[in-house]
Amino acid sequence: MSAFIIETIIKVLVVVLVFSFLGGFATYIERKVLGFFQRRLGPVYVGPFGLLQFGADAIKLFTKEDVIPKGANRLIFALAPVVALVSAMTSMVAIPFFPDFEIFGYKVTPIISDINVGLLFFISVGAVGIYAPLLAGLSSGNKWSLIGGARACIQVLSFEIVSGLSILAPIMLVGSLSLVAMNAYQSGGVLDWLIWKQPLAFILFLIAGYAELNRTPFDLLEHEAEIIAGYCTEYSGLKWGMFFIAEYAHMFAFAFVISLIFLGGFNPLWFIPGGIAIILKVCFFIFLFMWVRATLPHVRPDQLMNTCWKVLVPLALVNVLVTGIVLL
Amino acid sequence: MQKQQETQEKKDYYFVNMEKMPENGFEGFKRSVKLSLGADIIKGLGLTIKEFFSKPVTINYPFETQPLSPRYRAVHNLQRMLESGNERCIGCGLCEKICTSNCIRILTHEGEDGRKKIDSYTINLGRCIYCGLCAEVCPELAIVMGDRFENASQQRAHFGLKEDFLKDIDEAKFHQQLEFEGFGSVRPIADKEVKQTPLDY
Repeated sequence: MSAFIIETIIKVLVVVLVFSFLGGFATYIERKVLGFFQRRLGPVYVGPFGLLQFGADAIKLFTKEDVIPKGANRLIFALAPVVALVSAMTSMVAIPFFPDFEIFGYKVTPIISDINVGLLFFISVGAVGIYAPLLAGLSSGNKWSLIGGARACIQVLSFEIVSGLSILAPIMLVGSLSLVAMNAYQSGGVLDWLIWKQPLAFILFLIAGYAELNRTPFDLLEHEAEIIAGYCTEYSGLKWGMFFIAEYAHMFAFAFVISLIFLGGFNPLWFIPGGIAIILKVCFFIFLFMWVRATLPHVRPDQLMNTCWKVLVPLALVNVLVTGIVLL
Repeated sequence: MQKQQETQEKKDYYFVNMEKMPENGFEGFKRSVKLSLGADIIKGLGLTIKEFFSKPVTINYPFETQPLSPRYRAVHNLQRMLESGNERCIGCGLCEKICTSNCIRILTHEGEDGRKKIDSYTINLGRCIYCGLCAEVCPELAIVMGDRFENASQQRAHFGLKEDFLKDIDEAKFHQQLEFEGFGSVRPIADKEVKQTPLDY
């Protein structure tokens, strides 16, 4: 029993540290990749290829003055970034990151807790993250933040429905909510991947994911051109950094989950071992996030709502219906 | 006549084929299906990935600069005579006269040898509009426009004194002084166009 507890604590520490680092490092990757997309160089001065830019940014964030505006509700203002970070990190509990491996003869299962409702847990805990922009927007005492919070409410809540309905169809096929079972279902090679059986669900889940992670083209929450920085207008220093790390960590978690559900997860791919295969898939999705950001402009809030309720939700429902009929 | 002129002008126009917007729900549906299945988003993604793999256009500025045009007009240079290294400026004051923003000031006195001596030559670079008229009017090609555009400084005294403009004497002695090729300079074929003065004058 104590071995299990120690193992879990170590896993939690590793996941939190690795994803905090990745979340910070992704800001460097994002700037570099976006730079290349715009035929610039991105950060180049700090370290080789600007690799240490992330460290410089971290020092800057840590040493910055932590401003709490006068009209803000101090408690909630301080709580909002914690909610963001906790929800992003907690949602990773149910994600199996890699296939099982042995270290010093000790068998490690790289999942913190294999609960049988893993996918539901991921989606619902990730959805708690809505509270972060909402509370931040309401407590900042700033109108831009308030608009950002209101947009967070309508956008993320609406797209929760799309993402929930769209993965219903794969869940019906697999017959389990556990991500390990999802992965095991697709163990027969590339042709067994759920993306071939559920292409529509894949696209809907991808679009909904972009909206929930408030990535361009759906980043209405912090649309610079319209509402300064949205809900985090008033944030500075470490609190702002926590929002950012949470956003990027959530991005990585989403990339892991979508690879697990639709792209065969950590099953070996031809000659590539499973662990590397899933890293490649995650890298592809992270790159896709940036690629789409470099390509598409923002959409208007009313267009977004129209797309969500008039197009995506009916499509998701039809998808569930058709899957049900085929299964019968 | 006027109509003919209009049609003449309109030949240069070209009309963009605007897409007809859908008028009813069914047309709107058809359009959205066409747009989603026509893979327009893939085309857009393809365009950006092409840019991703092409060479960045960034110039690493403080370490490398863009080549300037020979006609570029930045801070002036006061040229020297080749070989002797004497100053070319004869203190005629034409540049002071023609300067539209009144930023050039020359103080001269008559020297012991009966020639004009220049006490001070200043250009107020804060007022200068870099029009190049001074370089154009100069009969001796003494004041020319240079290529020093990075002239930020912490003191106003660093702007516009004669020693800031005057070229290095060694450059002139060893024929390394760069001649201005732009506005007001002698044309490259100037030597060929020189004719003998008729003696009849």
